[in-house]
Amino acid sequence: MINHNTGDACQAMKSTAYSSNGRLERVLKAGYFAVTSELAPPDSANPADVYARARVFDGYVDSMNATDGSGANCHMSSVAMCALLTRAGYDTVMQVSCRDRNRIAIQGDVLGAAALGVNNILCLTGDGVQVGDHPEAKPVFDLDSMSLLGVIAGLRDKKTFVSGRKISDPPQVFLGAAENPFVPPQDFRPYRLAKKIAAGAQFIQTQYCFDIPQFETFMAQSRDLGLLEKCFILPGVGPLASAGAANWMRNHVPGVHIPDAVIKRLEGAQDQRQEGRQICIEMIQQLREVAGVSGVHIMAHRQESAVADIIDQSGVLGERRPWFPGSDQVCDAQHELPVGLSPE
Amino acid sequence: MYSIRRWVVRNARFFEATYQAFEPVVIKLAPLWNKVGYQRVEKPVSKLEKLSKELLFDCKMCGQCALSATGMSCPMNCPKSMRNGPCGGVLQNGNCEVLPDKRCVWVEAWEGSKKMQGGGEIHVVQLPLDHRLQGSSSWLRVARQATDEASQHKQERHDD
Repeated sequence: MINHNTGDACQAMKSTAYSSNGRLERVLKAGYFAVTSELAPPDSANPADVYARARVFDGYVDSMNATDGSGANCHMSSVAMCALLTRAGYDTVMQVSCRDRNRIAIQGDVLGAAALGVNNILCLTGDGVQVGDHPEAKPVFDLDSMSLLGVIAGLRDKKTFVSGRKISDPPQVFLGAAENPFVPPQDFRPYRLAKKIAAGAQFIQTQYCFDIPQFETFMAQSRDLGLLEKCFILPGVGPLASAGAANWMRNHVPGVHIPDAVIKRLEGAQDQRQEGRQICIEMIQQLREVAGVSGVHIMAHRQESAVADIIDQSGVLGERRPWFPGSDQVCDAQHELPVGLSPE
Repeated sequence: MYSIRRWVVRNARFFEATYQAFEPVVIKLAPLWNKVGYQRVEKPVSKLEKLSKELLFDCKMCGQCALSATGMSCPMNCPKSMRNGPCGGVLQNGNCEVLPDKRCVWVEAWEGSKKMQGGGEIHVVQLPLDHRLQGSSSWLRVARQATDEASQHKQERHDD
């Protein structure tokens, strides 16, 4: 059995030893400001849809999160998304939620994903089925995000399934988890982060941050607990489409906290969409200044095409241009996917 | 019942002390359990455990009681069965995202654990549930584990 209590799963947090062969881990460990983005999976069986969605981030992100039935809505699976993307050389973060699969299915998927070239896994509990498009489905929740971290760390570090049975070649993955510093019980959140690190988390992507002071409080407490040396923190950001959209999100998407001041600022703007992007840019710039922040995670639902501009204007990448298919070739900007992978 | 469950969490220290007094008794009775046979005693004891803990904690008889590590708030009442802390969807008023008119089980757990002497246990990562133990008695399992450990200890000393 995996012993979660010793904390030895967290051996290689910020050490120079690599757990994966992926770029995200290398970018973070080299001390660069990392950028990841959420990649919405298509409601389609066409691989071209996946590549088309990925391409808009080319040259601006270090890794893309393939969501796993986010919001409890059915889409193409994260393991398949990642399998397609790794064929083109992309670095991906495979999200794994505990809502739809038990430990047998999840462990099998992790081995399969690693075999297909997935380097990063984000362990989530997942939204309840009632918020999605299949509220009549059976919620599984055999594991929770914390025990899921322990299970995958066990596969990787102890080379055993939960059952104790040995595996020959472990999945070389960089392990991530989510955190939401903006919802109750706020004073427990840093301790929950500590627990996730003890269970195996090496990087954290947070829920949308629109409240810098509250985030700073969380980071200060985490620093006092000595957590920031053990884990890379990538706060979540995203452009709000309008004041109405922000209000809707605040009231309908569990876990999203948007201060009144942000909504007022949107309401007062002539071009709300543009203002939403401007707020996002400023958020990224302010977050970069918070001690212990290693990058940002951009969630631009239905505004994916704006991400490149937002990152560009925030200036966080400096001269750095993250890898994309074709970037290794002479850069006359005509980047093409390998034969057969072109979305056209 | 919801209101009793919440009252228990408010008095988490009292229930912690009660259990601290109760646990040694269950363990002391181990020879009796052994004599009668754990299998035979399982049914009445688990029934008694279910009756009392259902009333107080809305216990779901997972068979791996974690109340000491969860501020006396039963984590199996979380719609996502989270046993290691709150999810990221807790509403700003501290209620559950799935059951918006109920308090988040883990907001309660954190408050309860702050009242308890051994409340620090909330920071220990809980292992995944063993679903085979659903419906079985946690009390007997504790007694059995304690006697097993004691006899193992004895054996080891004997071997030395």
